[in-house]
Amino acid sequence: MKDIIRVSVVILAVSAILIFINAKLANTGGASGKNSITVFNWGEYLDPALLKQFEEETGIKVIYETFDSNEAMMTKIEQGGTTYDIAVPSEYAIEKMKESDLLIPIDKAKLPNLKNIDPYFLDLAFDPENKFSIPYFWGTLGIAYNPELLDGQTFESWEDLWDPSLEQEVVLVDSAREVIGMGLNALGYSLNSTNISELEEAADKLRTLQPNIKAIIGDEITQLMVNGEAAVALTWSGQAADMMWDNEDIDYAVPEEGSNLWFDNMVIPRTAKNIDGAHAFINFMLDAEIAAQNADYVGYSTPNLAALDFMDPEVIQDERYYPDEEARNHLEVYKNLGLEMLGTYNELFLGLKMDLQ
Amino acid sequence: MNAKPTRFLSFVPYAAWIVLFVIAPIALITYYSFFDLAGNFTLENYRNFFTSIYFKLIVNSFWYAFLITFFSLLFAYPTAYFLTKTKHKQLWLLLIIIPSWINLLLKTYAFIGLFGLYGPINAFLEMAGIGQHQLLFTDFSFVFVAVYIFIPFMILPIFNSLDKLNPALIDAAQDLGANAWTTFSRVTLPLTMNGVKSGIQVVFIPALSLFMITRLIAGNKVITLGTAIEQQFLVAQNWGMGSTIAVFLILFMFIIMLFTSGSEKGAAGSGKIK
Repeated sequence: MKDIIRVSVVILAVSAILIFINAKLANTGGASGKNSITVFNWGEYLDPALLKQFEEETGIKVIYETFDSNEAMMTKIEQGGTTYDIAVPSEYAIEKMKESDLLIPIDKAKLPNLKNIDPYFLDLAFDPENKFSIPYFWGTLGIAYNPELLDGQTFESWEDLWDPSLEQEVVLVDSAREVIGMGLNALGYSLNSTNISELEEAADKLRTLQPNIKAIIGDEITQLMVNGEAAVALTWSGQAADMMWDNEDIDYAVPEEGSNLWFDNMVIPRTAKNIDGAHAFINFMLDAEIAAQNADYVGYSTPNLAALDFMDPEVIQDERYYPDEEARNHLEVYKNLGLEMLGTYNELFLGLKMDLQ
Repeated sequence: MNAKPTRFLSFVPYAAWIVLFVIAPIALITYYSFFDLAGNFTLENYRNFFTSIYFKLIVNSFWYAFLITFFSLLFAYPTAYFLTKTKHKQLWLLLIIIPSWINLLLKTYAFIGLFGLYGPINAFLEMAGIGQHQLLFTDFSFVFVAVYIFIPFMILPIFNSLDKLNPALIDAAQDLGANAWTTFSRVTLPLTMNGVKSGIQVVFIPALSLFMITRLIAGNKVITLGTAIEQQFLVAQNWGMGSTIAVFLILFMFIIMLFTSGSEKGAAGSGKIK
């Protein structure tokens, strides 16, 4: 009995000390006023220096939280536990959130900097007239590869991944729509296909890629490519930019049959409490110089036309990150296919993974 | 006279626990498993489970869980036996248990580095003249890491039952002319069977539903029921199907519990020798 009491006292004392330290640390985090906004963004998707600058310029404190998938983000917003004022979903997720009435319309009168955005990225099918969303970044899905580890292969076509010399070299991202979409693209079908026989054909096609597949993983791809453990990876343009930042040998290509073109957009979710603050934040991020600095940090492509003047000309002329309109016509934006279809994509992907050896 | 109220009072926390954290969650999972995406009552999920790839998935999960349990047992029994013979057995046991206090994901990430093409294991293989090998994303690495993670839980119960074994019984067997093998197979093993059984339970059941290691170490080349449940809930957002798979997983675990929980025979006292 005495022992139990002694142990309990020690545990309680340690906990008390930890809580005290935690409270101390939280207090030094700055003046916590009523005027704050909560931003919900993807990981590694904003230059932290800009948050400081925003706080200094506007006096609005920013609470910053991150998520790693559209689905996880939507679930949290739907549950409504936290008052997120800004979120950054992808286009198909915006369609879904509109359907579930999770978004607050944006007042464009409060966004004078909206004029900086390239009109190409406005008024898109997933949100006509940009009632609910403002473009943040865009990019493509393609193939990152390390020519040092290959014998001169290039990736103009998805078909090149099937090359027998790439045995056990190809890493795929663990995401159903991306992988099945690659199969659909390789066969010349639409990324948004809802035709079961086309989908099954794509899955069969991908099954023949099996000998070349080294692994299907998540964010660990970046590290594998940087370390030269993998030679070829199916990945997003920004992730490829991250890899190249650490390993200059790596190159990135978007196959000519077509691929996914995606947009991430700032929205104001239903949970928002500080709607004026949210508008101020969006307007701040739309500023040309700010957007340029952010794009430079994040590595994805900015839709901000005015920002391009402030960026390294070498980057913005790089067709890999800023494909011209002609090249963009081969690319396709994901549509929200509904949960039923998403389930079909998932089951095909699961079957595919099970056949891996 | 007042024995009854006391017994009733001491039963309350247990009952509350069981109802809140065992019965209610299982009931909820079962409830969800009868609904489709649109929220209609249906048996479709169960039909889907039996007609589609999920059946193959079960076979897969069982096979890998079996391999993990088998190798854990293979290494754990001699280790536990050896430990009971050492001088400072509690210290040695502690050293084996300490790694299980470290977060599972941390240990898994460490193995990504260790097994990498340029990691220390491959460096050693090269030095030994065997040459570089792809270790990561293979069945071998998956089973290895899983065994590493589970083996303390196998060693503990076996160690305890071996430790409780009455040495007089071994002496008696030897006095009666049994050789080392006969002593082991007719005396030691039957008397420590309970430890082995609970070891199998605590390894096999969690091994059935492993999921993060399948991606990080096996690169999704090994797919278990855990992966399927994770995907149904997080990606497909099909709670009904995810719950259906979970219901079957619970069912399988229950069956395994039934098979592995024999009658509690005390180790030291009863000398049940067939």
